[in-house]
Amino acid sequence: MTARAWARTWFLAAAAVAGVGVVELAWPGTVARLTRSLVSTDLLIRAGLFTVVLVGLNLLMGYAGQASLGQAAFYGLGAFASAIFTVRAQALGIPASVAGAWWWPWLVMLLAAVAVGAFALAVGWVILRLRGHYLAMATLGLGIIVYIVLRENLGMPHLNLTGGFDGIVGVPRLRVGGAELWPVQVYYFVVWAAALASMALGLNVVHSPAGRALRALHGSELAAESVGVDVGRLKAQIFALSAALASVAGSLYAHFQAAVVPDTFGFVPSLELVVMSAVGGMSSIWGAPLGALAVLLLEQLLRTHVLGLVPAVSGELEPVVFGLMLVVIMMFWPAGLVSSRRVQGAGWASR
Amino acid sequence: MRSVAEPATTELPARTVPGPRGPAARAPAARRLSSRGVLGTASAVLLLVFWALGRRLGYGLSEYLQLLVDGTVTGSVYALVAVGFVVVYRVTGVINFAQGAFVMLGPMLAITFFRTLGGSGGLALAAAAAAAVLATALVATAVHRLTLHPARAASALTRIIITVGVYIALQGLALRVWGPRPYVMPAFSTLHMADRFLEVGGVTLQAQSLWVWGVGLLTVGGLVVFFEHTLVGKAMRACAVNRTAARLMGIQVDRMATLAFALAGVLGAVGGIVLAPSTRPTYDMGLDLGLKGFVAAIAGGLVSLPGAVAGGLVLGVLESLWAGVTVAGFKDLFAFVMLILLLLSRPQGWLEGGHE
Repeated sequence: MTARAWARTWFLAAAAVAGVGVVELAWPGTVARLTRSLVSTDLLIRAGLFTVVLVGLNLLMGYAGQASLGQAAFYGLGAFASAIFTVRAQALGIPASVAGAWWWPWLVMLLAAVAVGAFALAVGWVILRLRGHYLAMATLGLGIIVYIVLRENLGMPHLNLTGGFDGIVGVPRLRVGGAELWPVQVYYFVVWAAALASMALGLNVVHSPAGRALRALHGSELAAESVGVDVGRLKAQIFALSAALASVAGSLYAHFQAAVVPDTFGFVPSLELVVMSAVGGMSSIWGAPLGALAVLLLEQLLRTHVLGLVPAVSGELEPVVFGLMLVVIMMFWPAGLVSSRRVQGAGWASR
Repeated sequence: MRSVAEPATTELPARTVPGPRGPAARAPAARRLSSRGVLGTASAVLLLVFWALGRRLGYGLSEYLQLLVDGTVTGSVYALVAVGFVVVYRVTGVINFAQGAFVMLGPMLAITFFRTLGGSGGLALAAAAAAAVLATALVATAVHRLTLHPARAASALTRIIITVGVYIALQGLALRVWGPRPYVMPAFSTLHMADRFLEVGGVTLQAQSLWVWGVGLLTVGGLVVFFEHTLVGKAMRACAVNRTAARLMGIQVDRMATLAFALAGVLGAVGGIVLAPSTRPTYDMGLDLGLKGFVAAIAGGLVSLPGAVAGGLVLGVLESLWAGVTVAGFKDLFAFVMLILLLLSRPQGWLEGGHE
């Protein structure tokens, strides 16, 4: 498919997303009624948030061929940055006139994304110059370190910035001018605007010279290097972009959930992101929303419709099914729901 | 869908032992010389930090000695887990994150078997432990045969993600079977919850620690004998050096891979079982021990058995010292900070130089 066809599909997807949003806005609860409470606005918002993370993760894993086993950490850093700088603004000495302004949470979101991206760039710069799966190992460590540091109040319990195990409650809603972007039906538009924007960004990256260089790098790093692609630099940039996207999604999550706890951003959530990416198809931007939706729907289905029928096992078999699903998908279907191998050459899963 | 039936040559690419890459490959001699200096400086800085933090708590020599001895106990278990990682990695090229599940299955199964056998007597405990090790080895064999063997043509990264899925599934199954509560494993010497304590030169020693060292030493010793003096062991080493050549010599590479998993299961289960009396095993103990063992394996270069053992012991001791001088919640931080520093500075491992 050409870039133009991709754009057409993108506009169709945007129209569909907007359509669902308008229906929900006019008659709240329609989607839940139509799907027998399988799909809720809440679920759609979470799918949108994960889409933003997964666009970055797919660029990293499916295109740059580097796995991240700690992506939830960047998601968590964004979420905690937003929560800390809005809820604890007074304790941090930020004047009320600034912290109370409607643009402050947006500024925090932006600055957090830049900071998290820069952090990832610094780490990736060194590690990604090496071949092999060093990034996967480093992100694994990084993810756990970030989780522990958040859980342990940054090592400064007297300041109580992150709230330890309990996290932070009372994160304010996002506003534009005087208008609060709430209830959920309104916030749906915010999240999905971000999701569609990140997808547009991802598609642009894929179809830009950088994207072509990425695909070259994919086939053979040595060959890519020999035709002038700065492999280490390109991979580090993609890593930084994926971290920044995760951070934005985290900020949006904090303002959606109004509360953040460290456990949402641990090692297992990082693995769940990898599962979503694998289910949707790593080497495709379209795999991001599809993977997020598919996994969230399956979880919901397992929780309410299958395991819920057997009282003794309700909920407890979820991780088993989740793990087996990951195994089976990677064994038999490593390209995921959307496989664009014919278009973009072999993804890493097929190497 | 990817075709599984690919020619044998692409199925199992001839993977040589990963040597130093990047700048290190270009000037190995100079790098090695300076790397020793870096290692020395880093250790000195680290010891200084430990000393400075410990002084705040009023630590004397005996406290440090105690932490050191305690560290070698956990370190021995890390070493066993790390060796499990190395054995699988060398033969299959996969980092097996399911290793942590084997560590958890060992003690959980041993306790269940022990209760089935009546819950008393040294013979029953020994039989239960042996049965648990065997059962874990069988699980490991099944994991390889059912998941990684069919997917052997997939990329290393795909196979690593498969092992992650196996880990999640096994841990979930353990939660279903054993529930979230911690279990009690009797100490080997007293066959009771309370262990005997020995006083040696101001250091308090649990009798179980002697068991950990003894069993650890025997297991690693047995493994060395297996690799050095048996035909099967030599065949496995051949697979690690060059799979295609090993296949041409008539070695059944796939069987060796399954055997590597079985060995990893044994190593993990043994490590988990000897540690269990002093930790209270739970369904999720594998995550922590698995990841620490992995860090130890990386410290040893991921391909060297002595490196993995040394890595485990060093990690155990340093972590114990760190845990002694810092806030309780930061104990687990050390291993992962060490992982990042290792990867940033010398990904082929500090110990053993990444070679045998």
